[in-house]
Amino acid sequence: MSVTTPSKLQKMIASGNFAVTSEVGPPRSADGAVIEHKGNLIKDYVDAINVTDNQTSVCRVCSLACCIRLKLMGLEPCLQMVTRDRNCIALQSDILGAASFGIHNILCLTGDHQHFGDHPKCANVFDLDSIQLIQTVKMMRDEGKLLGGHEFAVRPQMFIGAAANPFAGPNVAMRVSRLAKKVAAGVQFIQTQCIYNLDKFKEFMKLMVDRGLHEKVAILAGITPMKNVGMAKYMQKRVPGMDVPDDIIRRIGGVPKEKQAEEGITLAVEQIQELKEVEGVRGFHIMAIEWEEKVQEIVERGGLYPRPQLA
Amino acid sequence: MRLQYPPSVRIIEVPCTGKVDIMHLLMAFEYGADGVIVMGCLEGDCHYGAGNLYAKKRGNRVKEILDKVGVGGERLAMYNLTSGMGGRFAEIIREITEKVMELGPSPIRVATGKAVRPIAEVTT
Amino acid sequence: MIKAVPKPLEEVLDLVKDFTKVLIVGCDGCVTVCEAGGSKEAKVLASALRLYFTQAGKQAQIDETSLTRQCEKEYLAQLSDKMDAYDAVVSLACGCGVQYMAEMYNNKIIYPGVDTCFLGVNEERGLYAERCQACGRCILAETGGVCPIARCSKRMLNGPCGGSDQGKCEISKDVPCGWELIYERLKTLGQLDRFEKPVDPKDWTTSRDGGPRTIVREDLRI
Ligand code: SF4
Ligand code: SF4
Ligand code: FES
Repeated sequence: MSVTTPSKLQKMIASGNFAVTSEVGPPRSADGAVIEHKGNLIKDYVDAINVTDNQTSVCRVCSLACCIRLKLMGLEPCLQMVTRDRNCIALQSDILGAASFGIHNILCLTGDHQHFGDHPKCANVFDLDSIQLIQTVKMMRDEGKLLGGHEFAVRPQMFIGAAANPFAGPNVAMRVSRLAKKVAAGVQFIQTQCIYNLDKFKEFMKLMVDRGLHEKVAILAGITPMKNVGMAKYMQKRVPGMDVPDDIIRRIGGVPKEKQAEEGITLAVEQIQELKEVEGVRGFHIMAIEWEEKVQEIVERGGLYPRPQLA
Repeated sequence: MRLQYPPSVRIIEVPCTGKVDIMHLLMAFEYGADGVIVMGCLEGDCHYGAGNLYAKKRGNRVKEILDKVGVGGERLAMYNLTSGMGGRFAEIIREITEKVMELGPSPIRVATGKAVRPIAEVTT
Repeated sequence: MIKAVPKPLEEVLDLVKDFTKVLIVGCDGCVTVCEAGGSKEAKVLASALRLYFTQAGKQAQIDETSLTRQCEKEYLAQLSDKMDAYDAVVSLACGCGVQYMAEMYNNKIIYPGVDTCFLGVNEERGLYAERCQACGRCILAETGGVCPIARCSKRMLNGPCGGSDQGKCEISKDVPCGWELIYERLKTLGQLDRFEKPVDPKDWTTSRDGGPRTIVREDLRI
């Protein structure tokens, strides 16, 4: 985590407090008020707000525009950026644009294949992958250089993040290896895939700690509350790389329908409590998918409120 | 045993249905056949292993072609029998002949008033 | 080799339905191996077209032939005395052959009879799979002999992504994850050390991004 940026998220992590981030999904229309509303809902409960970049390959208002809007509201956005839709000219251009508005957090992703989304027939780009995007942001920030070689004076001050999925194939050891590769590329913080299999996550963190990787990168544990048993089953069966153990399904499914949402929140809160004890966990990334109004409750009940005020 | 089946049927013997090529079937229709039946051994009982399975796939492909070119895939039928099922053999031929009678003459014969001259030479 | 599939018959019928003299030209190269466009397919297509025209009560002359390769002038030239007799030609070669024929017979209507798909292998008869995207600068030496460009759905050079699940790619349970294959092969070869070294962005100029490509081999040209 060597390079220091003006990022408030970076400061929070450096302070030793658990950091809290959350995400908002832009609308599928030109309605700018949606992001404003979602931002206002969660702003007092998180240190930075991710804006997803056409998540699951569904076309939405662009992440950059929403991040600028949040920034103008005085909030701390984190620009999610996938390499699926833009070549390195467009990616770097958006990074410069974000930085020009004082956006200081970026999450470098490859992105879901467009096959999942609302434009399955479109072409994809994948000029870079997530690791190469990390390298690129780092080079722009630390060397003031573009991939094409052009050098410039005003550099983007980006706190560089990426995702990690401890539950994807082929095994936990390789997932640690790949994260080591992201660290080698220059990543500073990680927001993980939603964690439901805590044993497997702990195994992952143990390997991270054994290699000392937890000191080189801040791990924010991914938390997604289940709205109902249908969602839990869908995540288990349909989302590639998602690991939802059967006892979670049984637990959510074991309460009456109208209580399931509450049970999902309680589960998320318990997960936070348990994960706080795991060595190397430096904070939480709460992805309340189209359920932003619940972030407040999760943060409060998770003992993460009030957010510390740093100078 | 003497089996009664309609005289309009012409039997072409092949060593195995695996020998029946797509082109044989298409050519039969080009010549003006109103219907074609491919009769092979029971599935799993082909003397050469899987000849009848190949024949089935080819038959399906030809049916699809016949449908698309306006001749009609229902004019081609495929059956699996053993040599001991002579009665069934005659019965199938009667059934299919009836069905083809119902369908009427092949559109190829209707259009030309006769069988067409074969153009392609069949090699497999 | 190049892999192709026959175009749906109705598509070809639609292309040629207004002509009366049509030549079908097969290619004895790659498309013969995947049984999409060889002399056999040419015969089948010609027969189907004859049936179609005949039942429609239309007098038409549909013939077929096949060439050793349609991506070479010498073989295409063999058609020169035939061409005048036809209104249209359906080429069953890959897209290269179709275009080369059209270049040589500039005033003739030449239609494609197959859909050209990819560079791949014959896994079994009737089962063909992509292996290479002709990127122009082969990196198989670094990736355990498995191509990340052709076999990762996101052509990642630093995979696998987080969607890799039980050896399968996130796009489908029928698609093996190319990066799991790379990882396993590197492991088998004792080269896992490669895996943790970030691979720099690829220079795509030698791929399609650099524009139409030409190879000039001065050592071979006269
Ligand atoms: S690296 Fe390039 S040339 Fe080599 S197999 Fe892959 S696409 Fe083909
Ligand atoms: S699952 Fe594997 S093959 Fe599919 S996109 Fe991810 S890394 Fe590539
Ligand atoms: S021997 Fe092959 S089908 Fe009878």
